[in-house]
Amino acid sequence: MDFDYTPDEQSFRQEVRSFIAENLPPKEQRGKNFLGTWLEKVRAKGWVGFAWPKEFGGSDGGLIEQAILKEEMSLAKAPPLGTSMMGLAWVGPGIMEYGTEEQKKKFIPDILDSKVTWCTGYSEPNHGSDLAAIQCKAELQGDHYLVNGQKIWTTGAPWSQWIILLTRTDFNVTSKHDGITCFLVPMDAPGVEVRPIQNMAGDKHFAEIFFTDVQVPVENRLGAEGEGWKVTVSALANERSSIGEVTQLQAKLDDLKTLVKNSKRQGKPASEDPKIRRTVAKFEIKISAMKYNGLRYLTKQIKGEPLTSETSVNKLHRASLEIEMDDFAIELSGQAGLQLRGGDEAVDNGSWSKGALNWPNVVIGGGTPNIQRNIIAERILGQPKD
Amino acid sequence: MNFGFTEEQNLLKDQVQRFMKEACPMNRVREISKSDSTFDQALWQQTAELGWLGLTIPENFGGLGLKWIDLIVVLEAAAEGLGPLPIASQALASTAILACASEEQKASWLPAMASGEAVVTLGLYDEANWIDPAAVTASAKSTDDGFVLQGKKPFVNDALAANYLLLAVQGPNGLALAAVGKDQVTVTAQPTIDNTNPMASVDIDGVEISASDLLPMSDEQLAFLTDCGGVATTAEMVGAGTAILAMTNGYAKERIQFGKPIGQYQGVKHRLADMFVDLESYRSLCYFAAWAVYDSPEELAKAVSMAKGYASDAFAQIGIDGVGLHGAIGFTADYDAQLYLKRSKWARPMYGDSDYHMDRIATLGGL
Ligand SMILES: Cc1cc2nc3c(=O)[nH]c(=O)nc-3n(C[C@H](O)[C@H](O)[C@H](O)COP(=O)(O)OP(=O)(O)OC[C@H]3O[C@@H](n4cnc5c(N)ncnc54)[C@H](O)[C@@H]3O)c2cc1C
Repeated sequence: MDFDYTPDEQSFRQEVRSFIAENLPPKEQRGKNFLGTWLEKVRAKGWVGFAWPKEFGGSDGGLIEQAILKEEMSLAKAPPLGTSMMGLAWVGPGIMEYGTEEQKKKFIPDILDSKVTWCTGYSEPNHGSDLAAIQCKAELQGDHYLVNGQKIWTTGAPWSQWIILLTRTDFNVTSKHDGITCFLVPMDAPGVEVRPIQNMAGDKHFAEIFFTDVQVPVENRLGAEGEGWKVTVSALANERSSIGEVTQLQAKLDDLKTLVKNSKRQGKPASEDPKIRRTVAKFEIKISAMKYNGLRYLTKQIKGEPLTSETSVNKLHRASLEIEMDDFAIELSGQAGLQLRGGDEAVDNGSWSKGALNWPNVVIGGGTPNIQRNIIAERILGQPKD
Repeated sequence: MNFGFTEEQNLLKDQVQRFMKEACPMNRVREISKSDSTFDQALWQQTAELGWLGLTIPENFGGLGLKWIDLIVVLEAAAEGLGPLPIASQALASTAILACASEEQKASWLPAMASGEAVVTLGLYDEANWIDPAAVTASAKSTDDGFVLQGKKPFVNDALAANYLLLAVQGPNGLALAAVGKDQVTVTAQPTIDNTNPMASVDIDGVEISASDLLPMSDEQLAFLTDCGGVATTAEMVGAGTAILAMTNGYAKERIQFGKPIGQYQGVKHRLADMFVDLESYRSLCYFAAWAVYDSPEELAKAVSMAKGYASDAFAQIGIDGVGLHGAIGFTADYDAQLYLKRSKWARPMYGDSDYHMDRIATLGGL
């Protein structure tokens, strides 16, 4: 056991830091073209798709370097390394693993160059947690499939150019995991209609999508017909490390401590209240637990041991932290804590009150806590499925 | 960066687990705990021969010269079977000698500790639930040729089994550790809920010791030894937690109610998942704290408070759920789940409860 980094790893960290120092000016000083320039530069560095194979334009980066990159970037609160987030997280890896040569040539460079934004069409109105039961229908008709059905909660649908779409091509199956087929579909195809949905925080980040007689050429199928479940599961498994999340949570905790130091309770400094001290310490412990859990799992991966579903442990911690930290901050601030951005007494520009309305992004979006507990009990502890 | 155990450490863990199963299964644990001495000399000698008592003692003093991260491998694995062996006390005592004694004293104490000939324990505080130099109220006053001690140390772990004790006192020049032989003092059992981890009071009123048996100890050294106690206790909580989770998890697969294994009901399986989440998390924190003892002492205080602060309440809940998920059988004296519940109660205040540790985290974190 040792927590030291090799000279190569240290110099890589140094390289990331110097790059950030040179290329990431404070928010106020960022000009109009800042983001474009930033994206070009991190791309030139080979940091977009860092762990992807070189033949696809990645850097073949190691797991530790990848963790260092994520850690330093989130420590500096840097913008993302690419705007095609889902493209980088799972669409790209899915195409690299299951795609045809044409698909790889056509889609991978645009993901790396932030030219195309992808969204993910998995959930349906009647099938969320029970994803494998999806009903959106695709029928083979000569050289194309005809798609009919509905998707919902599709993040980024209003501004994405492409969607990775999960459909059912066979309704006569004994296992619901069979008969599912995955497609890559342009959002401007005739018959695709997007209706944005407003969430409780006021944003319209997700949408419902209606597919009416949409023609999808056979060459846009990802993987074989009926293989869609495998494609989805293995692609989703690509996004595992929680290193970046830990640094973000640590930064949030620092802000929370500053708030505590500047707050009063019943006229006395809040930082002297034992309950408040205990609550903040609990957050800190949970974040550290995530950090060291993550490092243990990273070590397992480096040694080539299979990770089962241990990442669900950190997902559960993160879910409770996302809900509790913002809530604690607004409670600490009384009514002023309830004001949103722009309110005359809004605390920290309303970031806590906004956060208290935004937790479903993390808590529901990636599989709910109940589903994470099922995963732990069934896949790690070996309990029977319910 | 490598947060995993080495091949040697994994082999050591297997060795301890096998030893516990073969030489000290649960019926033997129960017998030893019920005996007057609460101690099995033959078993102790075997652990010495396997090298477990000298793990953190330097090689030139007869030990193996390893680190606390190796020691906790043994503590964790032995605690899976609730091994009634004072290995943690012995390790804490040798850590105290290494920290506070002269080279000459080390040479006279440590080889006998590594060989198991000397069974030594450590008693630090006189007040329950108060961790602070001021909570050391026993004293040592100068006499012509040494010191005379005053006080009565409550709840010294493994004092019945030990033949020597190191006890914190206020000396003429500040804190010190008084080294006393068992025959010099009056040791009285103080039975608690958990008789697999026996405690006793040690009356030292009027005991005279020679000048060389008073080892000066700084406030920092007291804090360091307390933190080491926290690491040792948490490692045992990892082992005991692993065992009761495995026991409960296994039972949930086999026990059928309403025509299904109870583990199929979410009221059961989600509790098991939560037990796993908590155990994994304080396990990671514990390993980091154990690593910090040698390799990052400046991070130790916070690391221990994270680990013990998490484990104190989490293991208590694991103990309760472990018994509860078994139904009535879990409540029976013959079934082992209850022994782990009792251990969780025992461990909770040892070297600081969650309130103490969380408050310290707040302070160390700038609040
Ligand atoms: C912000 C946000 C972004 C999203 N983005 C996308 C996206 O880009 N693409 C996409 O395809 N989907 C997306 N989703 C959808 C998301 O994946 C689903 O919301 C999620 O899987 C839960 O499904 P559901 O909403 O239908 O809830 P349901 O599955 O109906 O669950 C309702 C409640 O029942 C519980 N429940 C369900 N099944 C069980 C069970 N077996 N045991 C115990 N409890 C159970 C759940 O925990 C939940 O509390 C997003 C969701 C959110 C909130």
